[in-house]
Amino acid sequence: MPYQQQSQPKLRHALLSPESLPPHHQQSLSHRPCHVSDEDSGTEVAEGADEWAQSKATVRPPDQLELTDVELKEEFTRILTANNPHAPQNIVRYSFKEGTYKLIGFVDQLAVHFSQVGNLIPKDSDEGRRQRYRDNLVTGSEESAKLVISEAEVVEEEDEPKEAENIALSLPFRSKLMTPKQPKERKLTNKFNFSERASQTFNNPLRDRECQMEPPPRTNFSATANQWEIYDAYVEELEKQEKTKEKEKAKTPVAKKMGKMAMRKMTSMESQSDDITKVTQAAKIVERMVNQNTYDDVAQDFKYYEDAADEYRDQEGTLLPLWKFQNDKAKRLAVTALCWNPKYNDLFAVGHGSYDFMKQSRGMLLLYSMKNPSFPEYIFSSESGIMCLDMHVDHPYLVVVGHYDGNVAIYNLKKPHSQPSFRSSAKSGKHTDPVWQVKWQKDDMDNNLNFFSVSSDGRIVSWTLVKSELVHTDVIKLKVEGSTTESLEGLQLHTVGCGTAFDFHKEIDYMFLVGTEEGKIYKCSKSYSSQFLDTYDAHNMAVDAVSWNPYHTKVFMSCSSDWTVKIWDHTIKTPMFIYDLNSAVGDVAWAPYSSTVFAAVTTNGKTHVFDLSINKYEAICNQPVVAKKKNKITHVQFNPIHPIIIVGDDRGHVTCLKLSPNLRKMPKEKKGQEVQKGPAVEIAKLDKLLNLVREVKTKI
Amino acid sequence: TNEWTNERPGGRPTPSAPRPHRSVGRGEAQAEVEETLKRIQTHKGVIGTMVVNAEGIPIRTTLDNSTTVQYAGLLHQLTMKARSTVRDIDPQNDLTFLRIRSKKHEIMVAPDKEYLLIVIQNPCE
Repeated sequence: MPYQQQSQPKLRHALLSPESLPPHHQQSLSHRPCHVSDEDSGTEVAEGADEWAQSKATVRPPDQLELTDVELKEEFTRILTANNPHAPQNIVRYSFKEGTYKLIGFVDQLAVHFSQVGNLIPKDSDEGRRQRYRDNLVTGSEESAKLVISEAEVVEEEDEPKEAENIALSLPFRSKLMTPKQPKERKLTNKFNFSERASQTFNNPLRDRECQMEPPPRTNFSATANQWEIYDAYVEELEKQEKTKEKEKAKTPVAKKMGKMAMRKMTSMESQSDDITKVTQAAKIVERMVNQNTYDDVAQDFKYYEDAADEYRDQEGTLLPLWKFQNDKAKRLAVTALCWNPKYNDLFAVGHGSYDFMKQSRGMLLLYSMKNPSFPEYIFSSESGIMCLDMHVDHPYLVVVGHYDGNVAIYNLKKPHSQPSFRSSAKSGKHTDPVWQVKWQKDDMDNNLNFFSVSSDGRIVSWTLVKSELVHTDVIKLKVEGSTTESLEGLQLHTVGCGTAFDFHKEIDYMFLVGTEEGKIYKCSKSYSSQFLDTYDAHNMAVDAVSWNPYHTKVFMSCSSDWTVKIWDHTIKTPMFIYDLNSAVGDVAWAPYSSTVFAAVTTNGKTHVFDLSINKYEAICNQPVVAKKKNKITHVQFNPIHPIIIVGDDRGHVTCLKLSPNLRKMPKEKKGQEVQKGPAVEIAKLDKLLNLVREVKTKI
Repeated sequence: TNEWTNERPGGRPTPSAPRPHRSVGRGEAQAEVEETLKRIQTHKGVIGTMVVNAEGIPIRTTLDNSTTVQYAGLLHQLTMKARSTVRDIDPQNDLTFLRIRSKKHEIMVAPDKEYLLIVIQNPCE
């Protein structure tokens, strides 16, 4: 029953004032005219009244309402009504009809304290009947005994529809229990008053667990994708593929091991190689550039300068000095051999040694490039002076040298050491005298490298490189003719001739010429070891050089310290041309571009260039080439391509000279006729000259 | 090519080396390179040399620090550009060297796979 409660502030305050209430009267407060007291204050007063009164003096708030005793004792009546104290009493509604607010007289006083939606349905309603029907179906398919029970129970349950709420729910539940073997019955959901039951488990408190690692090291990577980068990548890939192919091919276990070892060595080398070694190539290039700058005028001269004064010089030519090559290490050593590289036209080899019998010291092999005149490309040193050298045509990295002590050695320019790759020794048949000339031959039938050497000990030896060893074969022993003497026991002794120079015929492979110290030239054949094909009484002193003409197969030339240069036809015993040069001739060389041009160098420091087609009797160029006196020129060589010659002297310097145009004249074009080029022309040219000479001779 | 005729071929002789590179032992190679660099430095007219790595950081130099750093940075960029140009035109081609001739001197740059060698020379002395 709703009741009204009026607040009693007066009462409370009255309680607080100690004057009005003696302590022992506290308990009689319940008898006061107010029927209803605030429960809280009542309990307070009832229970803790004594304590409260005794412990403290009552505090009187300053704004307490002052009441007299009479007023305090006044009675107030209370009436319990059935009105809802919370209902509003003055609801006004706007009436559109009248246009004003009107007070509603009747206000609903109903207060709902509790409401709950139930799930009981009347038996006779539609839904109830439907459910009953369904239940009957379900229960009807049971076994007879259970049927009875279930029916009874169902009936019972049906009779008590208004009991506790869980009956309706437990209906299907129970029927389930009772009918375990029945098919699962459809759960009926009440569409009108469906309430879902759920339960909530305890939610486990969530906790964040985090773990942080060290961030992975990051680097910035940037690259460009150009066409050439892509190309590079492809090329690399290709190389890798090829390498794997090669490895597959060489698949013997030994080879594999070797490969692995090599790979390991390679990788270890690479990983260990210092930074600065990678700059080698660049350093070389830069050195050349720097030199080019310094010798810029020389380089330009070399390439472009043609002496215009030659037109006025009638027929003479000059030699323009270009570079001068020298090295400190070879300062005291004379140039004993010069050779141009057949493949690289700017590379030439210089052999250093000494011609002096008394002062024999070490030897050096230097290879210079014209691109870098200040320092040699390769340096090799040896104990004994180098007397001669030759470069292989097919393998331009192989250089064979002959030493003063009779040894021969092969240097491989590709190998790192400054030691020769192969060397002869006393056991392997070295010469007993200085080796004066060596020359590569064609590979023999087993594709072994093969070269010849000639020495003053009278032997001409053929060396073959068989499985990294030098094997020698004596080809010929030079005998001085007419010197065989019968000794007492009947042995034929003969004086051994000393070979000083030789040259092989360009076309007739087996034929070669040997010059000796006695001044004779022998024409020999590789196949005949005892007999010479021919002998020429060439000179009065040792023959210094013999050389076949590069074009004409019959003509050769020889020079000697008897101041003469002689040109021969090998079929005729007497020389075709004889030139007297007023000084011992150190070397002669045919020009590679013409059959009639050759150069000779003498010990007085002069270089003579002859062109037989222009002047048969005199040199067209006669020029001192080396600066100081007493500087003998020892060797001369023509460059196969460029119009330059190199000249070596006995101070260890090599001078490079350019031939002026007059010295390299080509046959002039006749009007209407084409200029014929080629060896045939050269041969014809020389033939003509020879014929002239022969005619003269025959006349004589 | 036969150059005995009096024709004038175009272009100066190039200093690039097509020869097979000689493989030497590590210590020997190092000594060789050091010697070469020394020779370059003492050559007539050479003002300075420096070796710069692939990132443009100078590794070795004969000039003072500030100049070196300046040269290295600028020439590195220029060389990369030049190389890129050459290769863009023909990917099979590659830059061999770069020469910059100015009024006062000539700067020569020889690029390598990982390094750059720069030489400053006064050619006409």
